Amino acid sequence: MAAAAPQPVTDAPQPSGAFKFHGRTFLAFVLKPEMPIGRWMAQADTWLARSPGFFSAKPIVVDVSGLLLTKSNLSKLIADLSARGMHVTGLLGADPAWVDADLPPVLTAGRAMESEKTRERQEAPAPAKPAPSLVINTHVRSGQTLFHDGDLTIIGSVSSGAEIVATGSIHIYGALRGRVLAGADGNIGAHIFCRRLAGELVAIDGYYRMAEDFPSGLIEKPAHVSLEEGVLKIKALD
Amino acid sequence: MAQVVVVTSGKGGVGKTTTTAALGAALAQSGQRVAVVDFDVGLRNLDLVLGAERRVVYDLIYVAQGNVKLSQALIRDKRLETLYLLAASQTRDKDALTDEGVEKVMSELRSSFDWIICDSPAGIERGATLAMRHADVAVVVTNPEVSSVRDSDRIVGLLDAKTDKAARGERMEKHLLLTRYDPVRAGRGDMLNVDDVIDILSLPLLGIIPESEEVLRASNLGSPVTISNPKSPPARAYGDAAQRLMGADVPMVFPTDRSGLFGKLFGRRAA
Repeated sequence: MAAAAPQPVTDAPQPSGAFKFHGRTFLAFVLKPEMPIGRWMAQADTWLARSPGFFSAKPIVVDVSGLLLTKSNLSKLIADLSARGMHVTGLLGADPAWVDADLPPVLTAGRAMESEKTRERQEAPAPAKPAPSLVINTHVRSGQTLFHDGDLTIIGSVSSGAEIVATGSIHIYGALRGRVLAGADGNIGAHIFCRRLAGELVAIDGYYRMAEDFPSGLIEKPAHVSLEEGVLKIKALD
Repeated sequence: MAQVVVVTSGKGGVGKTTTTAALGAALAQSGQRVAVVDFDVGLRNLDLVLGAERRVVYDLIYVAQGNVKLSQALIRDKRLETLYLLAASQTRDKDALTDEGVEKVMSELRSSFDWIICDSPAGIERGATLAMRHADVAVVVTNPEVSSVRDSDRIVGLLDAKTDKAARGERMEKHLLLTRYDPVRAGRGDMLNVDDVIDILSLPLLGIIPESEEVLRASNLGSPVTISNPKSPPARAYGDAAQRLMGADVPMVFPTDRSGLFGKLFGRRAA
């Protein structure tokens, strides 16, 4: 977006004829009402009830191309939008002959913004490289948090009040007493292994179980946590 | 070579100040030159427990800010020649203590004492991190109950992260001191037992101080329990802990339930 540097404000007299202006690009929301307008407005109201103030103080352009509107209908539409806090700064596809002081200017050209989703789709097929492993030789104490992109092995215990998160599997050779979240980046094939299950929470890819839901026979026992068809399973590790 | 010991716990009311006074006195009783330093700015208590509250003229902040010499602020104990107190300020804000000021005081203390025992304030804020910053050894005071154990665990994490020793990549020597241990209640399962606490904290045990009215009485008398009643079980336990801190191999005495037949016959209170 081309944004010119703001001009310094001075009291110094400007040389005559130095009328200055510069261009600036703004991002505007384009609304495209559909017929019948009444039903579209009702949908807009439902949406606004969920996100009040979303459009306030933002430039809004209304695309009326393809709508069979008279000039008075258009004026009413703009007034209705204004009453909902949406101030229309321009029109797209309106008859230039209608334009007068009461209606916003008719815009031409303009470019659609690339949405986040389309961008993600383009970048997705990056070559997957194996995530590195990390081994921690100490205890993870209460209040400490640990994030690792890859597999994580902890030789000590994970204390109550500690939290460890890894995108891969997590192995704990001491007691698991804190919160342990494996497969944090959507890796449903991640597992959690521990020598003593006494944790507060275990999770794989966002599927979690709290201590209350742990199988009672496995408390303080070696355990293996895995995700099977969307269900978090905790089994004895023999 | 001077040793700087921080007595810390995270949780309040577990016995840090009592422990600082008792360990300091026990070390001094075996001829060591000891300075006990109160870091609890605004809530000082160590002077009371040592019975020196009427003799405080200058405090830690005066020395840290360079207004008086260290020797002017150190208060010598009336009972033990080699025990000195550096009191905290009761009126000043804790932000009056700066990193540089504390470092200066610590290096001066190191040159004239064998042991410097820092009484940490409760919590994990600035005061607590300042008290632990320069320590070589930490004594983690813990009561046998879950909240105290978790707070101690948190402090152990900070000892490994926020001290000069940790910054130099060295390992801080840490000891667990279990205080207010009541064998009767531990036996009933009302309290965590010794093994549970050691299992959770994974720290070497420096000592177990039994719950005792002697400790409260000593505090109110303004005399560390190791001076006021050296034969009492808590005084012996503190004495043993001080010996272990000096590197001696003293067998651990586990407080036992003495309310059994013998106790009933003679009508004694459980220690």
